[in-house]
Amino acid sequence: MKNMRKHGILNRRTLTLIIIALSVIIILAVTAAGFIMDEELYAPHFAEKNLPPSGHHLFGTDWMGRDMFARTVKGLSVSIYIGLLASCATSVIALFLGVIAGTFGKYASGIFNWFVDIFMGIPHLILLILISLLLGKGAKGVAIGVIVTHWCSLGRIVQAEVLALKDSQFVKASEKLGKTKLWIAFHHIMPHVVPQFIVGLILMFPHAIMHESSITFLGFGLPAEQPAIGIILSEAMKHLTTGMWWLAVMPGISLLIIVVLFEAIGSHLRMLLDPYSAQE
Amino acid sequence: MTDSAKHDEILLSCQNVSFRYHKGPWILRNINLDIRRHERLGLIGPSGYGKSTLSRLLAGYDSPTEGEILWKGKKLPQKGFCPVQMIYQHPEKALDPRWKLKRSVSEGWQPDEELLKRLNINSKLWFSRYPNELSGGELQRFCVARVLAPDTEFIIADEMSTMLDAITQAQIWNVLLDEVKKRDLGLLVITHNNSLAEKLCTRIVDLRDINGAF
Amino acid sequence: MNKDKIILEVEDISVSFRMYDKGLSKHDLTVIKKLNVTVHEGEILAIVGASGSGKSVLAHAVLGILPSNASVGGEIRYCGKQLTNSLRKEKVGSEIIMIPQSVTYLDPLMKAGKQVRGLKGTKQQLEEAFRRYGLDKSAEKKYPFQLSGGMARRVLISTAVISDAKLILADEPTPGLSEDMAAETMRHFRELADQGCGILMITHDIEAALKAADTIAVFYDGETIDCCTADDFRQGRDALKHPYTKALWSALPENGFLSADASELMKGAL
Repeated sequence: MKNMRKHGILNRRTLTLIIIALSVIIILAVTAAGFIMDEELYAPHFAEKNLPPSGHHLFGTDWMGRDMFARTVKGLSVSIYIGLLASCATSVIALFLGVIAGTFGKYASGIFNWFVDIFMGIPHLILLILISLLLGKGAKGVAIGVIVTHWCSLGRIVQAEVLALKDSQFVKASEKLGKTKLWIAFHHIMPHVVPQFIVGLILMFPHAIMHESSITFLGFGLPAEQPAIGIILSEAMKHLTTGMWWLAVMPGISLLIIVVLFEAIGSHLRMLLDPYSAQE
Repeated sequence: MTDSAKHDEILLSCQNVSFRYHKGPWILRNINLDIRRHERLGLIGPSGYGKSTLSRLLAGYDSPTEGEILWKGKKLPQKGFCPVQMIYQHPEKALDPRWKLKRSVSEGWQPDEELLKRLNINSKLWFSRYPNELSGGELQRFCVARVLAPDTEFIIADEMSTMLDAITQAQIWNVLLDEVKKRDLGLLVITHNNSLAEKLCTRIVDLRDINGAF
Repeated sequence: MNKDKIILEVEDISVSFRMYDKGLSKHDLTVIKKLNVTVHEGEILAIVGASGSGKSVLAHAVLGILPSNASVGGEIRYCGKQLTNSLRKEKVGSEIIMIPQSVTYLDPLMKAGKQVRGLKGTKQQLEEAFRRYGLDKSAEKKYPFQLSGGMARRVLISTAVISDAKLILADEPTPGLSEDMAAETMRHFRELADQGCGILMITHDIEAALKAADTIAVFYDGETIDCCTADDFRQGRDALKHPYTKALWSALPENGFLSADASELMKGAL
């Protein structure tokens, strides 16, 4: 087992890292661009109404002469921002509840499972709409809606992982070597749960973004004056019949690309962290 | 306590121990077994007769459904370093895969160079490795070193060498036997290999003879 | 049966895995350096070596189920023909059968009878095989988790009988079995071999291997360093040639239980 030979630089793992890095850069760029963007860029210019995509207006303009590229970037950045915030919050809830359910015996598990079943039993979108409506729509309503509905599956994963680790021989052996429960939680259990959790968190982003966009599209989310991607798409629907396809297609594809990029980060990261695929 | 009385002291004792999971069938029924300090007890019997279950009860991992397990006449301490330590069949499961071996081997105490050397542990080369980079036989040496702490008084070896080749088996057992004799530790050997049990133990009990569940 | 007919010939096989170091660089981890074995019709050959030394990889190489980061060198021939992927497709599962280490390899959601029959077996063959291994008829309808360890083992073996296996690969067939049951398993292997099967048994347990095997190949540090007949082994230390094999014999609990430093022995042998 000592025969080692070095290989070239661009191997599968390098490629994976490059994909992850590129995706992160694109997403960060879109988000940052949206934030620092001058409002003038997507302000109405009635002289340039209803223009199809061209070199000057990459995504064309709408019926008020607003540049669709600028609006899309702004909209995406709002969606990403809300999505990130909501997924982080919901993941923390998942981690907290999952660890508690895994650590504190039967009753905690029972209550946890009961809640998860309730939340998973109701279709996501309906629950989201209800919560968002209850909280008076807007960014707050959407964010809280996503936070409340999205922790279940990741929570289950964390719980199962903690349960399995608690039963593992190396944890039992550690107990017998005189280590306290808290010490074991930090040194044996956390290092195993955290990588799973991070991948779960990243794979949550596209989910949250899609859900934010869909309820905004349906009119239960962000207010109409906000250039969110859901608003852009729902407005575009009204003008589709007039032949202005670019109003829906360009922002729609952009949203799709962002979601795919997040998925790419998550799944590639999982490949690196998972011992079964890490050596490929 | 005089020396000879100490030598003959009952360390672990099963008193009418029965065990089953929930309402399942009895796995162990009315087991009575005393293990004294001076003896090395071999527990044999085919798989499925509850050898491993009994060893888990004796080491305090599970509690018996009925009856009692006593350590020197009292309940086994639940907190702190446990005087009864166990070595498992699969060392790769008993070591944290995300820990380097140096950290794992010194989890309970700091084994001295001399012991490591006798166990043929190549500390220079192996300490900085992760468990998946070493073979089962190499890992089992670490598990043995780990449980030989100064506070250990009793060792349960559950099929410890079943997955090892004969040379490694002999090597590890010879070191462990030396330590057990030198430090007057109690030893329970669980194995399906009769010739191994005969070689190692001073008394052999077949679980089929004492387990009322079968 | 023709005892001279070669069923499996493994010549200078090497297997290495591409592994990552800490960062992005890779190295090759060679698990098998140079492995040579030949299995004849009616022969049981046991490859004996430390667990974790990569013996199982050989079985996986023969079956062509190594992971994607593995590279294989050397040649494997089945009945004189080179074992290519297309030949494997034809033979694996019908003529080449693997008996896995444990029940966990059975599909937990499929009844035992159905698994044993596989794709080609008939109802009669199934009943016949079950009768032969003393399995109750009701075992057919049971799921793997309902079988006891011994029953499960017999189920695994009956999969080999039912297909017209010519070559059986058995990976660690004995650990976890009591001596009686291990002996019974070995008896079943002997029966299969006497009907003309070639059996390649991979194990770390020499005692079990000696109960059934005709030939023993000793595997150490990626190589088959010695090949001797089981009779040599039974005769004792003096009948064995290689120092490592001698040490292996002396390390058995019934033969002295002597420890030895394997790497020192190898140095002495060179």
